[in-house]
Amino acid sequence: MLHILRQIARTGIKTEPRPSPAAETVVVARLQEEILRTLGRALTIRQVDAGSCNGCELEIHALGNPYYNLEGLGIKFVASPRHADMLLVTGPVSKHMAIALKRTYDATPDPKLVVAVGDCGCTGGIFGESYATCGRVANVIPVDVAIPGCPPTPTALLQGILAAITTAAPQPERVEPALPE
Amino acid sequence: MNVSPLGIGAAPLASPIPAQRCPVSSGQLLTACRLAWENGGQLVTLWGSDERDRERGFCLRVLLADTDGLTLLEHTLPDAEARYPDLSPIFPAANRMQRANFDILGVQCDADDQRPWLWQAAWPIDQFPLRRDFEVSPKWEPGEEDYAFVRVSGDGVHEIAVGPVHAGIIEPGHFRFQVVGEKVLRLEERLGYVHKGIEKRFETFSLAEGYRLAGRVSGDSTVAYAWAYAQAAEAIAGITVPPRAASLRALCLERERIANHLGDLGYLGNDGGFAFGLSQFSRLKEDVLRLNGQAFGHRFLMDVVVPGGVAADLAPDTASAIRKQSRELARELRVLRDIYDEHAGLQDRFRSCGQVSRELALKLGITGLPARASGVPQDLRCDFPVEPYAALDVRRATREDGDVAARVAVRFDEVVESLRLTEALLDVMPEGHIASSFPLAPADRFALGIVEAWRGPVVIALESGPEGAIRRCHPHDPSWQNWPVLEHAVIGNIVPDFPLINKSFNLSYSGHDL
Repeated sequence: MLHILRQIARTGIKTEPRPSPAAETVVVARLQEEILRTLGRALTIRQVDAGSCNGCELEIHALGNPYYNLEGLGIKFVASPRHADMLLVTGPVSKHMAIALKRTYDATPDPKLVVAVGDCGCTGGIFGESYATCGRVANVIPVDVAIPGCPPTPTALLQGILAAITTAAPQPERVEPALPE
Repeated sequence: MNVSPLGIGAAPLASPIPAQRCPVSSGQLLTACRLAWENGGQLVTLWGSDERDRERGFCLRVLLADTDGLTLLEHTLPDAEARYPDLSPIFPAANRMQRANFDILGVQCDADDQRPWLWQAAWPIDQFPLRRDFEVSPKWEPGEEDYAFVRVSGDGVHEIAVGPVHAGIIEPGHFRFQVVGEKVLRLEERLGYVHKGIEKRFETFSLAEGYRLAGRVSGDSTVAYAWAYAQAAEAIAGITVPPRAASLRALCLERERIANHLGDLGYLGNDGGFAFGLSQFSRLKEDVLRLNGQAFGHRFLMDVVVPGGVAADLAPDTASAIRKQSRELARELRVLRDIYDEHAGLQDRFRSCGQVSRELALKLGITGLPARASGVPQDLRCDFPVEPYAALDVRRATREDGDVAARVAVRFDEVVESLRLTEALLDVMPEGHIASSFPLAPADRFALGIVEAWRGPVVIALESGPEGAIRRCHPHDPSWQNWPVLEHAVIGNIVPDFPLINKSFNLSYSGHDL
């Protein structure tokens, strides 16, 4: 126990301080403030891997590390779409995941937000549309914000989440799905 | 493997480690596999290709590995009606590969288990994507499939179905548990949800550009896949890479191993109810990723390894930052390892949980990290070291117990070793160019690439087409071998231990589903 306490004390608080000389951390600090102001309390996110190469998942995991400390901002990943305000979807949407993704979307209570993550989630990326993939997330469910990157950095993810929840932020046009229900 | 007693001819095969290719009849295929098995050989991968445009029907390829290196058995099937013998009684891991091979190529095996494996009704069951005359129809809508799970019946037995969308931030797959009370009697996996048609997609890339797709077969192993791809592409083009590029590739591969193992060690602590571990290890992992970004321009080192060499050079100041970080990490790791080892609650969860005995491991053809944790000491970096590993004398990490604790211990040992390798690589980093130019490669050449990724050996089998195109590319992830092992590892454990056991394997869905 003593070792654990000593390690905690030695590590200190790693969550990025607000004023910081590095460009990346400045962006993070501003985002944290805006997220807190907009949300007040909490945002719950259900992440859905609809066919990614798992690269985007690695960066979504990184949001939880002490540097970005997403939970410290009141943003939480939840285990069920029924508990979620937002779906964070990585793609390309494989044909085999299309039904599961639609069901997850339907199970999420209104009002809900959908954020498509990564180049593949935005456009289909390197995998494109094929016999096995439907391409971008917006081809299957309506998308509010798309975050490009291969994979997007944790900072880009935070910016995208903010864009989706800040009503003042310019909203990209909501894209309706091309596939029939 | 010596195939001459079987009367089979062998030709050399372009590969970074010793390899031969042997044309075999269906009888010889079976005897060669049996002989390999009796001599401790294992199945690496099985795939096929459509050769009807060359008037040779279909070609089935079976890649075996033993202490001599690789043996590729090539069996020609005159047409789509011809069947080949079931190899799963010899190599159980062949079962899913044979089923997948039918789903995407339409070449059938003589096995009892004819259930689809990758196919889940996204395309008609009588259409085969890897055939050269395959055409996608816009009329096809994803359908639903009724998969025949094996059920256990009896007093008090019930079924738990999980997935494909899981509770955590992980890839999609379906798990069907048959349980009595809390105890797991049987687990059956259903994968294929993230099938993206990668093998078909490769055919639209040039040899020079295919590394980008290879690096996205399984994002967490991007360096390993890109390197394996580069090995194969370079062998086809007949070029060698500058020594500095080889050393930088190894540096990237070891940093990929460090980052993934650190992440896993954190999540294993977390799944054992020790959130402190996740905070600490995810902090260390982030440090590694940030420095990767500074040093090579990408946090996960995607697109750094390219055919011919590497795309980014290491500046002297970032090299010293990596050296400093390696020492600091080694120190942090010692502290955290003591904490893990002394934590009674954590050790109680880890020990004897999800055990895979050496005997079972060998029977199932386990590979990579879980193999080393079950007393099967394979590591390509030690067994068949390519440049620059030969001079580094990699120490392999092994444990005998085959439980979660052993897989944790192997990860700790391997991070320590990778940190040592990082420093050793920087000590003798050659000067000079970082890439040779990649020429227009000749058509109809075949080569293999194989790299010991953090999960285990990653294979790329590559064949060139005319004008620098890819005719066929088959990527293989070690998860193919280890997913079936996971089914066995959970038997007799309780359901709440499944996430922990699963994490201790941490297998790829994307790398498997292709």
